[in-house]
Amino acid sequence: MTTTLIAAPKRMLDLTVDGQAVRVLEGSTLLDACRLAGIDTPTLCYGDTLTPVNVCRVCVVELEGARTLVPSCSRKAEAGMVVHTDSERVRTSRKLVLELLGSSVDLSLAPEALEYIERYDAKPERFGADAATVAQDVKVDNDLYVRDYSRCILCYKCVSACGEDAQNTFAIAVAGRGFGAHISTELDVTLPESACVYCGNCIAVCPTGALMSKSEYDRRRAGTWDEASEEVVTTVCPYCGVGCNLELHVQGDDIVNVTSPDDHDVTRGNLCIKGRFGFQFVQNRK
Amino acid sequence: MDLRLLDALPTDAERDAIDAVVGEADGASDRVAHADRTRRHLLLPALRAAQLRVGWVSEGALGYASRRLSVPPADAYGVASFYALLALEERPADLTHVCTDLSCALKGARVAPGEHASPCLGLCERAPASYRTIAGVAPRELQLPESGPPLPQAGDSSLRLLRRIGAGIDPTSLEAYVAAGGFEQLRRARELGGDTVIGELKESRLLGRGGAAFPTGVKWEAVAGQQAQPHYVVCNADESEPGTFKDRVLMESDPFALVESIAIAAFATGARKAFIYVRAEYPLAHERIRNAIARSAPHLDGIEIELRIGAGAYVCGEETALFQSIEGYRGEPRNKPPFPVEVGLFGKPTAVNNVETLFNVLEVLRDGGADYALTGTEGSTGTRLFCVSGCVERPGLYELPFGATLRELLELAGSAPPKAVLLGGAAGAFVGPELLDLKLTHEDTRAAGVTLGSGVVIVYDERAELVPALLRIAEFFRDESCGQCVPCRVGTVRQEEALMRLAAGAPHADERETLAELAQVMRDASICGLGQTAANAIESAIVNLGVFA
Repeated sequence: MTTTLIAAPKRMLDLTVDGQAVRVLEGSTLLDACRLAGIDTPTLCYGDTLTPVNVCRVCVVELEGARTLVPSCSRKAEAGMVVHTDSERVRTSRKLVLELLGSSVDLSLAPEALEYIERYDAKPERFGADAATVAQDVKVDNDLYVRDYSRCILCYKCVSACGEDAQNTFAIAVAGRGFGAHISTELDVTLPESACVYCGNCIAVCPTGALMSKSEYDRRRAGTWDEASEEVVTTVCPYCGVGCNLELHVQGDDIVNVTSPDDHDVTRGNLCIKGRFGFQFVQNRK
Repeated sequence: MDLRLLDALPTDAERDAIDAVVGEADGASDRVAHADRTRRHLLLPALRAAQLRVGWVSEGALGYASRRLSVPPADAYGVASFYALLALEERPADLTHVCTDLSCALKGARVAPGEHASPCLGLCERAPASYRTIAGVAPRELQLPESGPPLPQAGDSSLRLLRRIGAGIDPTSLEAYVAAGGFEQLRRARELGGDTVIGELKESRLLGRGGAAFPTGVKWEAVAGQQAQPHYVVCNADESEPGTFKDRVLMESDPFALVESIAIAAFATGARKAFIYVRAEYPLAHERIRNAIARSAPHLDGIEIELRIGAGAYVCGEETALFQSIEGYRGEPRNKPPFPVEVGLFGKPTAVNNVETLFNVLEVLRDGGADYALTGTEGSTGTRLFCVSGCVERPGLYELPFGATLRELLELAGSAPPKAVLLGGAAGAFVGPELLDLKLTHEDTRAAGVTLGSGVVIVYDERAELVPALLRIAEFFRDESCGQCVPCRVGTVRQEEALMRLAAGAPHADERETLAELAQVMRDASICGLGQTAANAIESAIVNLGVFA
C-alpha cells in the first residue's frame, strides 16, 4: 500500500493593499498580493525562479504597525495586514535607493532600473561628481562571457543561480564587506581557473548587463549591436534528450544570445554550456 | 557535491592548526566524507586557527579548510574576506591594532607606522588602547594596556551585578565562586521548574541589556513553547558598540556567573546546547570563560556550552548575523520575521541574550521577580551598567539603579562640565548639558528621543571637538556595514562624503537635507539595526547640538 502525504489545506488570507481588498493563498508574499491587486511594484534583486534575498530594497512597502518599511518580495502576507505601496515614506525610500544605486553603479544597460529612476523622479547626480562608485575594468578572461562589475548592483542573483537555486556549482560568492562587497571567485582567480562550468545561468538572471555574453559584448564594442532588429526564435535544444526550450536571439543572420523561458517546466530559465553557448555551428559559413 | 578545490597546499603548520579544530583527516582519499558536509560551522574557527598559527590565511590554508569542511572555495573566500581580522595577504606575525575610535581618540590615540587602525576595542576605560596579536606555535593575544583602573565602585555593598567583582572574588576559581553563593540560583531554578523561572522573569519585567530592550521572560517563554527541536541558547557577547565594555568586565572578572546564567537559560527554554559568541578582541575573556566552562561541568547536568570567537565584525552583534557567523557564513543579517525564537541558530528556536541580561537573571532568581522589580522604575526595573569614558576623572563601569540621572552618574565618574555626552554609542545619540537631569531609564530616554542602548556614556568636555567624532562615527558605519542592502551599503558612504564636505567647509547646497533624507531611508529601508541606526548619532549632533549650524 502506498501512502500519500497531503499537506494541510492552505487558507486564503484577506488583506488590504492601497485600500483594495486582496485575497491571497497562505504562503504568498506581499509582492504576490500587490501583483494580484494590479499594482506594479519595482523589483531588482527579485527573480521568479530564485529565493528572495531582499537586498535591493526597491520593493519596500509600508505595513501598518511595523516600525520600518518591509520588503514586499519576501514578507509573507498575513490576514488583516494593511499595506501602502505609494505613501510618502515608500516613495522617498524607493527614490533614494535608486539614487544610491544610480550614483554608484553604471545603470546604462539596466532597463528596469532606468525605468524606475524615471518613475520615481530619482536624481542620482545629486551626490555630486565626486561620489564614490564601483567603476572598474571589465573582466574579459574567456570566450563565452564577460563580467563588468562597474554595472553590478550586488543583487546576489548570479550567486543564487550559480549555487543552490539552480546550478550548484558555487563558482562565485559575495566577497569583501560594505561598499567593497563584490562578486568574486575564490581569491579573485579568473573564470577558467575557477569552478565555473559556463552554463551562463548567471547571465540569464543579471538585471544590469554586468554579466554579458562575449558575442553581445563584442558587438556592442564594435557598434554592430542592433537590438531593434532582434528577433526571437523558439526551438528545442538539439544536444541531448532533455528537451530544453531555447529562445534564439537573432540579429540579422546571426544568433547573438540564447536564453530559455523562466516558465519552462524543464529549464526554469536555466541551460547548460551547450544550450547557451553551443550555437556557432549553425552559422559556420566556411 | 563535487567541489573544484584550490591547488595550493597548506604548510604542515597550517594543516596541523586546522586539524586541531576540525579533526584529523583520515588520509585514505581526498574525497569529502559525507559527515563533513554538516560541519561548515567550523569554518571560522578553522580559519582563525590558521591565522593564529602563521599570521594570515594563505591560499593553502583557505583551500585546506574548505576541503576539510566541504565548503566551496569561492564561498570560503567570501567568508574569510568578510571579517576584518582575517588577513588574506601575508603580514607580520606580530601585529598591533590601535583603537582610533571615540574614547581612544579623546585620549590622543596615534597609529604608528606598521600598526593597524581599529574600531573600538572595548577597552575605553584604559584609553588609549590597542590589541596585539602574535602568531606562532604558542600564539599570544594582548589587550594593551594590560590592566586598567580598578572598578570605581569596588567595595560598595549596594552593587548587585558587580557584587562579586566589587568584592574581589577570584574569577578563575570555581570554589571561590561557589563559596560566594555560586550555582545556588541554578539549583533553585531546577527546584522551581522552567515555567516558574519564566514566570519570575516576566514578573521582574527584566528588559534585555544589549540595546533593544526586549522583555527577557517573553523571549524565553516563546522559545520554551516551540515544538521544533532542538532549542538553542546563544549568549551574545560580541560587544562591539563603540564605547561599550561592560560585558568584557563581566566575562573577565565573573565568568562563572555567566556560565551559571546560561545554564539557567538552557534549562528554562528546553535547550541542551548553548553558545557564547565573544568578539575576537577579548582574549582574556576567552581564557576565563573556557576555564569557567570546564570547571563548571559538575554543575551543568550535561548542558553543553561552547565558546565561539568572532573575527572582527561589528554587525555580528546583530543576532541573526551572529547566527550566520556561528554557522560558518558571512555575517549578513537575515530578514525578520521569522524571529530567532522561532527560526534562529541552525534554523531552530533560539533564545539569544546579552551578557548583562543573563547576569540579571541571577538577581531575579535571588530576589524573586516581584522584589527585583522594586528596584528602578515602573518601565525600567533593576540596575543598569554604564560604561563611562571620555573626559572624566574616573572612567569605568558603573552600576546604578534605573532612574538615576545623567548628572549623578557623571558626578560619580568625576566628569568635567560636559559640552556633550554620547549616550548609547555610535548607534546612540548626543545630548547637550541641558539634559543632565535626564533620568537614565528606557522611558525617559525614549521620551527625550535618545536611547540607553548598550549603556555607553562618553563625555565630551568644552575642549573636546565634536566634528572629528562625527567623522569617526560615519567612518565606523561605512567600514562595518555588511554590504548586503543598498540603503546601508551606499547610504553610509554618501553620509560620510556629505559630512566630510561639511567638515571641510565646502558643502553642497542641500547637504543638510541630503543627510536628513539619508537618515530617514537608512532607518526605514535597511535590513538590520546597523543601517537603521547608522545616522542616529550624526543626526542628533546636528539637531540637538547644532554642529555645522
